[in-house]
Amino acid sequence: MARIGVFVCHCGENISATVDCGKVAETVGKLKHVAFSTDYKYMCSDPGQTLIKDAIKEHKLTGIVVSACSPRMHEPTFRKAAAEAGLNPFLCEMANLREHCSWVHEKNEMTTDKAIDLVRILIEKVKINSALQPIRVPVTKTALVVGGGIAGIQSALDIANTGHKVILVERSPSIGGHMSQLSETFPTLDCSQCILTPRMVEVAQHPNITLYTYAEVESLDGFIGNFTVKIRKKAKSIYEKDCTGCGLCTTKCPQKKIPNEFEEGLGFRPAIYVPFPQAVPNKPVIDREHCTYYLKGKCKVCEIVCPTKAIRFDQPDEVIEVKIGAIVIATGFDIKRSNFFPEYGFGKYKDVIDGLQFERLASASGPTSGAILRPSDGQVPKNIVFVACAGSRDPAKGIAYCSKICCMYTAKHAMLYKHKVHEGKAHVFYMDIRSAGKNYDEFVRRAIEEDYVNYIRGRVSTIYERDGKLIVKGVDTLLGAQPVEIVADMVVLATAGVANPGAEELAQKLHVSYDSHKFFAEAHPKLKPVETNTAGIFLAGACQNPKDIPDSVSQASGAAVKVAALFSQSELTREPLVAYVNRTSPPMYSTCVGCFLCQSVCPYQAIEHEDFKTRDGKIIKTVAKINEGLCQGCGTCVALCRSKSIDLHGYSNNQVYTEVVALLNDY
Amino acid sequence: MAEFEPKVVAFVCNWCTYAGADLTGTSRIKYASNVKIIRFPCTGRIDFMLLLKSFANGADGIIVSGCHPNDCHYTSGNFHAKRRWIMFKELMDFMGIDMNRITFSWVSAAEGARWAEVVNSTVDRIRKLGPYVSYKQMVNTTVEEEVINE
Repeated sequence: MARIGVFVCHCGENISATVDCGKVAETVGKLKHVAFSTDYKYMCSDPGQTLIKDAIKEHKLTGIVVSACSPRMHEPTFRKAAAEAGLNPFLCEMANLREHCSWVHEKNEMTTDKAIDLVRILIEKVKINSALQPIRVPVTKTALVVGGGIAGIQSALDIANTGHKVILVERSPSIGGHMSQLSETFPTLDCSQCILTPRMVEVAQHPNITLYTYAEVESLDGFIGNFTVKIRKKAKSIYEKDCTGCGLCTTKCPQKKIPNEFEEGLGFRPAIYVPFPQAVPNKPVIDREHCTYYLKGKCKVCEIVCPTKAIRFDQPDEVIEVKIGAIVIATGFDIKRSNFFPEYGFGKYKDVIDGLQFERLASASGPTSGAILRPSDGQVPKNIVFVACAGSRDPAKGIAYCSKICCMYTAKHAMLYKHKVHEGKAHVFYMDIRSAGKNYDEFVRRAIEEDYVNYIRGRVSTIYERDGKLIVKGVDTLLGAQPVEIVADMVVLATAGVANPGAEELAQKLHVSYDSHKFFAEAHPKLKPVETNTAGIFLAGACQNPKDIPDSVSQASGAAVKVAALFSQSELTREPLVAYVNRTSPPMYSTCVGCFLCQSVCPYQAIEHEDFKTRDGKIIKTVAKINEGLCQGCGTCVALCRSKSIDLHGYSNNQVYTEVVALLNDY
Repeated sequence: MAEFEPKVVAFVCNWCTYAGADLTGTSRIKYASNVKIIRFPCTGRIDFMLLLKSFANGADGIIVSGCHPNDCHYTSGNFHAKRRWIMFKELMDFMGIDMNRITFSWVSAAEGARWAEVVNSTVDRIRKLGPYVSYKQMVNTTVEEEVINE
């Protein structure tokens, strides 16, 4: 016999102002199986909770309905109170009398009647609720960090320093990411390499970090605490243990005219190469797409000159499988490149470059050793134009968002130029200056006031070449939309920050959601910016949206804490609101017919096959089985199941039909 | 006679529309009190037989609402709901159910005002349509009777 308790909350006057709480408590108190019913001013307060706990014990209640605010607000509070009184927390339901009733309706009889109905529905539901136990799953205390830029490096180090193992996977031959390409960083103008490379070395030397460069995630299975990841280690064509990193091979390689990715195409590299001098690991890889041996079948110069015989032309890709408990995605971003801006002649004129190319020009380790020289003829540009918002905040180009970092790096670029070319003139076309951040606005003011950078508020319509000069046509909106024409030697476009080309594919491999721009989606824009909707997978850095270094590092540390919190437990408990397949005994009479339509709709691959065998091992029936660790409880399989063999804890067929019947019928 | 007050049941998902309806409350936007919400984890969980069950138990109108496409908390539940709805709609129409009595919509957690709009427009529409007595008549009419009547 069910003995239900109903607790109607006034919420001060939030509910009682329009709903007659006394009448609600009195009316439902007369219903069958309701053993106790009362109203109180603040149920969530300490005395309110005590009232509930005492009533549970005194009246031996088998279920309670707290009729108060939204369950999204206080369900955990009251479930905890129920548990403290010895009642299974899943035998506590909440009727939403505030958000769904008192706040949205006028004070009249109908509103009170609706409140009674809302309580009644849940009384009927709670009668058939089952006492559920939290699901316990073990935790593999190794983390996977995907991406070795500054966010990935920070996350990996933070997790490793908590004493847990980390596997860091980086797609390119070296960790460092975009930050390693930067010349100096805003707002302090400290050299990027100087602050980054010690971190890179720390990663390589950390006893808790296993680093796989030139490697990619192949596939992911499992669930929070219990993932299995396959990592493809691309063939470096080098036996790393023997390679000393002397670099002789890179100097002797006959292929010398391959555009250097690290230099953003402004320099060249050989086919066997180390991406940049401070690379970690500092050992070369052979780029098989450009290597003469792989293209023509002969050469092997590197093999001949290698003093330790470390070259392996026949090395295959290797796929390794590792068990991990959590994942941090830190795959970073990319910028829009040439063919996106036909009106600016980007890709057509050599002296129209993007922000990363300018970083390489300004970098002491770059192709010009830090001298600002035009890519076309190597001359020092006397007049330079920076175009902010090239592509960003431009819905016509499909990018409505602000790329966030461009205002700051454009100011930095203009400054770096002025510091190197004192007599040169720097102009910046901008829409708005967005310099929110510690010491950021001061930095921009410095560019304008101390380095005399000419800021023009307006957009550039077109750039074309005339007599070896670039004509930049724009408008100055602060001078009444007056047209501006600048004869420039070089133009730098602050092109929009976009998702990495491989982001969508990776998101699908990892089963995490991504937005319409292919940036990884956070679980909640404000309160869960680090989590993804897939439990156990976290985000760090610009893979979520364009971010500067401080933001990326903060988020990376945030993600690391989430991982550390996860690893601080030896077992995980989660809400048992998951699907299950009805099993009658003996199991061969299970109503599941094994059509596995449920498998095709499950977003989490939580449906498995279960075979029933005779004693001699012959399979007599295959039915569906839910992996409780993977199931997130969406219930799509339940609605789809043709034989009604799957059900969902907390929202079972019986429960929802009972709710409908209770709601529509008089009491 | 008092004005007809329709009974409207709303099947909503926990993550978008339920939260959106919470926001309607937090924003103190008023709407008709004829609608009562039943919470589901996801629109993908909504078995469309529940719609028939509701009509059979005297509902005059129904609202089904969940996350906008691509916003589903469970990635794809709303797509499955939509696909099933497309099929089921045809079938219900064929069976003679008045499709004007069902509202299928997307209301996100940020669309408090939209929820009030969906409810009010649905209630207004159902009020004009009157009580859904023809459903009961339809299910109570057996095949034999129809043959005899002809």
